[in-house]
Amino acid sequence: MPALFRRVAEKDRKTIHLFVDGHEIEAREGDTLLVALLTRTDRLRHNEFDASPRAGFCLMGACQDCWVWTEAGEQLRACSTTAQSGMRITTTEVPWLINR
Amino acid sequence: MVDQPVIVIGAGPAGTRAAQRLVQAGLRPVVIDENDRQGGQIYRRQPENFRRPAEKLYGTEAAKATALHTDFETLRPHIDYRPGTTVWGVSETGLMTVRASTVDVVPFSRVIIAAGATDRIMPVPGWTTPGTYSLGAAQIALKAQACAIGGRPVFMGTGPLLYLVAWQYLRAGATPAAVLDTSSLTTRLRGLRGMASRARVVANGVRYMADLARAGVKLHAGITPLAIESSNSHVSAVTWRDTKGALRQVACDAVGMGYGLRSETQLADLLKCEFMFDPCFQQWRPHVDRNGRTTRPDVYLAGDGALLRGADAAEAAGQLAACAVLHDTGHTIDQHETAGLHETLAVMNRFGRGLAQAFPWPAHLAASLPDDTVVCRCENITAGEIRRAAGELDAPEMNRAKALTRPGMGRCQGRMCGLAAAEILAAAREVPVREVGRLRTAAPIKPLPLNCTVKS
Repeated sequence: MPALFRRVAEKDRKTIHLFVDGHEIEAREGDTLLVALLTRTDRLRHNEFDASPRAGFCLMGACQDCWVWTEAGEQLRACSTTAQSGMRITTTEVPWLINR
Repeated sequence: MVDQPVIVIGAGPAGTRAAQRLVQAGLRPVVIDENDRQGGQIYRRQPENFRRPAEKLYGTEAAKATALHTDFETLRPHIDYRPGTTVWGVSETGLMTVRASTVDVVPFSRVIIAAGATDRIMPVPGWTTPGTYSLGAAQIALKAQACAIGGRPVFMGTGPLLYLVAWQYLRAGATPAAVLDTSSLTTRLRGLRGMASRARVVANGVRYMADLARAGVKLHAGITPLAIESSNSHVSAVTWRDTKGALRQVACDAVGMGYGLRSETQLADLLKCEFMFDPCFQQWRPHVDRNGRTTRPDVYLAGDGALLRGADAAEAAGQLAACAVLHDTGHTIDQHETAGLHETLAVMNRFGRGLAQAFPWPAHLAASLPDDTVVCRCENITAGEIRRAAGELDAPEMNRAKALTRPGMGRCQGRMCGLAAAEILAAAREVPVREVGRLRTAAPIKPLPLNCTVKS
C-alpha cells in the first residue's frame, strides 16, 4: 500500500516500533498515531456504513474520522494521540473486548 | 457559585490572553485545553523533540507565536492548567470534562469560552477519499508533524488560508499541483476596501500568491469544484469548471480543502446562550456584546469561537473578555485599556468583513451538488437524502431534517457537514439559509470513551 503522508523535515528523531494489525512498523518519537500509520499506509479505518477506507480529515479532533483501536479495545483519535513504543493498534474495531 | 474559580476554555490566542489578564488581577483561573500543549491551532506547537525554529513554523507571525508561548509558560505557576482535557457537557454544578477516560465536574463562577474554529466545508463528490483533508489539517500536518499530506497536493476552496497553506507547502518542497479558488477577482476587489485596514496582512497574501505563481503553480479564480477523482481509493485528480464553463482536470495525490472558518459554538449552546444569524459570515453564532458578554451573565466568549476575526483579534478579545469578567465581579478596570482594545478590534472587524466579501462562502454550490454526493461523512448521508427531508418529508428546518434523514446525527455532530447541509435544505425549500435554523447541540459534544470512570 502506498503511503499518504510524506515527511518533509525532522527526520532524524529516534525511531520507535509499534504494531498495527499485528505487523510491526517503525515510527519516530513524537509522531501522532495518524502520522505513524499514514507515512506507511493509506488508510486508518473503514467507514461503518459502507466500508470505504478513511484516513482522517481535520487533524484537530473535530471530525472523528481518524479513530483506531488498541488491541485491548480502547478507542483512540489517531490525530491527537502520540504514538508510543510497543503500542498494539488495530484498524478494525473489536467491540467485544471493550469494558474488558 | 461565587467562590468557585473562573474557567477559561481553550489555550489559543484568546484563551491565553484571557487567562493572563485574570492572573494580573490576582485570580487563579482554571485553563482547560483540549490540546496536549498550549497554543491553539494557529500557534500550535510541535512536539518537544522537534527542532525547527519558530520562523520556520509560523513565518511572519513567529514573534507573536513565541510571545504567546513564553507568556503562557510564565503563567503556569499561577493557573490551574488542564491540558488534554475536553469539556463535553454542562451539569447543574459545573462543566463536565474528560481527560483520557476520567470524567470530572468542574464548578465555576464565570466561564470564558475561547473554543476557536474549524474549517468551513463544502462537500464535493469524492471528498471522503483518503488523501483529502481540510486546509487546517494540511497546515497542522506540516506545522506540528513536519509532514505533507501528499507530494503534489491541490488546494481548493477559498479564503486567505488557501494561499498561506499552498505557500507553506511550496516552501516545504511539496509543490502544489494547483490552487483552485471559488472566489472571483471581482469579489476580491470588492473586499479590498475593508481589507485595506490591515495593509501588512494583504501584502503578505499578495506575496504568497506571487511566490506561488513564480514557482509555476497555477492559481485559478472563480472555479466551480466538480469532483475529487480517485484511483484505488486514493486521490488521483480534481475536476472543476473554469470561469468560461470549460471542464478542467488536474492530477494530484492529495487535496486540502476549506472555505473559511466556522465557530465552535456547542458549549455556548449547552449553556443556553442566545444565538443570532450573522449575515456577514452567513452562519449562526452566539450573541455577544463588544466585550464578549453573552446573554448569560456568567458566560463570556472570545476569539474565533465568537467572531471570525483571526488570531490578532483573538488576543485582544481574550483580554477584553477577561476585563469584562473582572469588571462584572467588582474589580476596577482602567477605561483606557478597554478603549484601546475596542480600537484594535474595530480595525479587525472592518478587515474581517472585507475578507468575507473578498472570499465569500460559496453557498450556491450546495444547490448543484449531485444527489449521490456524501454530505455527512460520519454516516454517509447524501445530498439527495437531505433533499428528500426537504421535499417528500417536509422538514422546514435543520433539526427536523436531522431527525428524519440524519444529516448531522453522526459522531462529529455536524461540525463538518452542518453548514453545507443547511444550504442544501434551504436551497431545496427555496428559502434563505437563516430560515432553516441551526443544529441544536447535544451532550456529549465529543464522543466519550465507553469505559469512562468518574473522578471522585
